[in-house]
Amino acid sequence: MHSILYGFIGAFKLIFTINAELFKIILLSVQVSGSALVIATLLGLPLGVALAWRRVPFRGLVMSLLNTGMGLPPVVVGLFLYLILSRSGPLGFFGLLYTPSAMIIAQAILVFPIVASLSHAAIVKVDPVIRQAAITLGATPFQEVMAVVREARYGIMAGVMAGLGRVMAEVGAILIVGGNIAGYTRVMTTTIALETDKGEFELAIALGIILLLIALGINVGLRFFQRHGRVRSGVILWD
Amino acid sequence: MGLSLDVFGISKSYHGQAILRDCSFSFDPGRTYALLGPNGSGKSTFLRIAALLEPPDAGQVRYLDQGVLLPPDLSLRRRITLLLPKIGVFNTSVFNNVAYGLKIRGRHASEVEARVNVVLERVGLFHKRRQNGPDLSSGETKRLGLARALILEPEVFWLDEPTANIDPKNTEIIEQIMLDMKSGGKSTIIVVTHDPAQARRLGDHLLVMEHGRIVPL
Repeated sequence: MHSILYGFIGAFKLIFTINAELFKIILLSVQVSGSALVIATLLGLPLGVALAWRRVPFRGLVMSLLNTGMGLPPVVVGLFLYLILSRSGPLGFFGLLYTPSAMIIAQAILVFPIVASLSHAAIVKVDPVIRQAAITLGATPFQEVMAVVREARYGIMAGVMAGLGRVMAEVGAILIVGGNIAGYTRVMTTTIALETDKGEFELAIALGIILLLIALGINVGLRFFQRHGRVRSGVILWD
Repeated sequence: MGLSLDVFGISKSYHGQAILRDCSFSFDPGRTYALLGPNGSGKSTFLRIAALLEPPDAGQVRYLDQGVLLPPDLSLRRRITLLLPKIGVFNTSVFNNVAYGLKIRGRHASEVEARVNVVLERVGLFHKRRQNGPDLSSGETKRLGLARALILEPEVFWLDEPTANIDPKNTEIIEQIMLDMKSGGKSTIIVVTHDPAQARRLGDHLLVMEHGRIVPL
C-alpha cells in the first residue's frame, strides 16, 4: 500500500516540477506516434478514397487485408520488422534497427489499416447526391473527390483519432524494434514497462497519468467527430 | 443567349423496359421549355441524358451542333447546370454551398463574396448565410439549390420538379426567380414538371412526354 502511495506522490512531484526526463520521454512519444500517424494518413486516406471511389483490382482482397490489418498483433509486426531491419535482414543495410525511425515504421504499419479502412467506411456512407451535386456544379474529377472527402471529414477524423489512440498505447512493436534505449528510443509505454519491472513506480505512474490524460483527450476528440458526423451530415459512424 | 441543344433518336431502357424510344427534339437558345408528363413517363431520364449525366443506349445529344460523348468536356459541362429533386446540400454553411461553383472555378474571394451575397438576397436566404446548409427546411433547400445554380449564370439550365414537395410560398418565390431568369433570355431553360398549370406559367413552349417521345403541345 505504501509503495502505491509513495509512487503517486513521487509521480505528481515529477509532473508538477516539470521533470526533464519525463517530458523528454513524452516529447519522443508524441514525435514517434505523430510521425507514424501522418505517414499512415498520407498513405491510408488515398487508399480508402480509391477503394470507395471505383472498382480497383482485387478490391475484395485489399479490403480483407485491411480488415485483418486492423487487428494485427503489435508484437508480430515488431518481430517481422525486426527480421527485415536486423543486420542480416533484407533492409539491414539502412541501419534503422533500434532507432526512432524503426519505431515510426512499426507504428505506421499498425495504424495504416485503421486509417485506410475507416476512411473508406466514412466515404462510402456519403450520400451519392453529393458527388452528383459537385458534377452538376462543374467540378473536375479531382474536385468531385475532394467534395466527397470533405463531406466525410468527420468520419475520416474519427478514423485518424482511433489510429492515434492505438499508436499512443502501443508497446510491443516499438519495444522490439526500438530497443528501449534511454534518451534515444525510450517512449512512454516502454518506460512504464521497464520501470515497473525495476519496481520503481514514480516515473511509471507519472507516465501512466499522462498517457491516460492523452487517451481521455483522444476519446473526447473521437466523440466530437462522431457527434458531428451524426448531427451534421446524418452519417452514423459507430454506435 | 443560351446554347443550342438537340437530341437525336435517343433511346433508353432499364431492366428491359423501354423508357425513351427514338426521342428527338431541338431546343432553341434562350427559350424556356416546360416538359410535362405523368410520373414514370421518362421525363427525368430524358433530363439526365440530355444534361449529360448519363449516356443513352442509342442516339445522340448535341450541344452547339456537336455530338457529345460522356464524360463531356469540362468547358461545356460548366455552361450547363441542373436543379435535381435531391439537391445534395454540402455539410457546410449556406454561404459556402452557394460559393462552391465559383470557388472551383478559381474566382477571387472578393468576387465570390459579392456575387454570393447578391444571389442569396435574390432567393431570400441572405439572413441564413451563416447557417448550416443541411439544417434548412425543404423549401429553403430548394432555394439554396436554385441559388447554387443561378450564381453560375448557366447557358442551359435544367430543372427537374423544382417545386415538388414544398409549400405555396416557396413555390411562388422559386417561380418568380425563374420568370425573372426567363425574361433575361440569357439561358435556355428546360423545366420538368407534372403540374400543367406551372408549365403554362413558366414555359414559352409546352412539351409532353408520351410513349417515350417528346411531343409539342
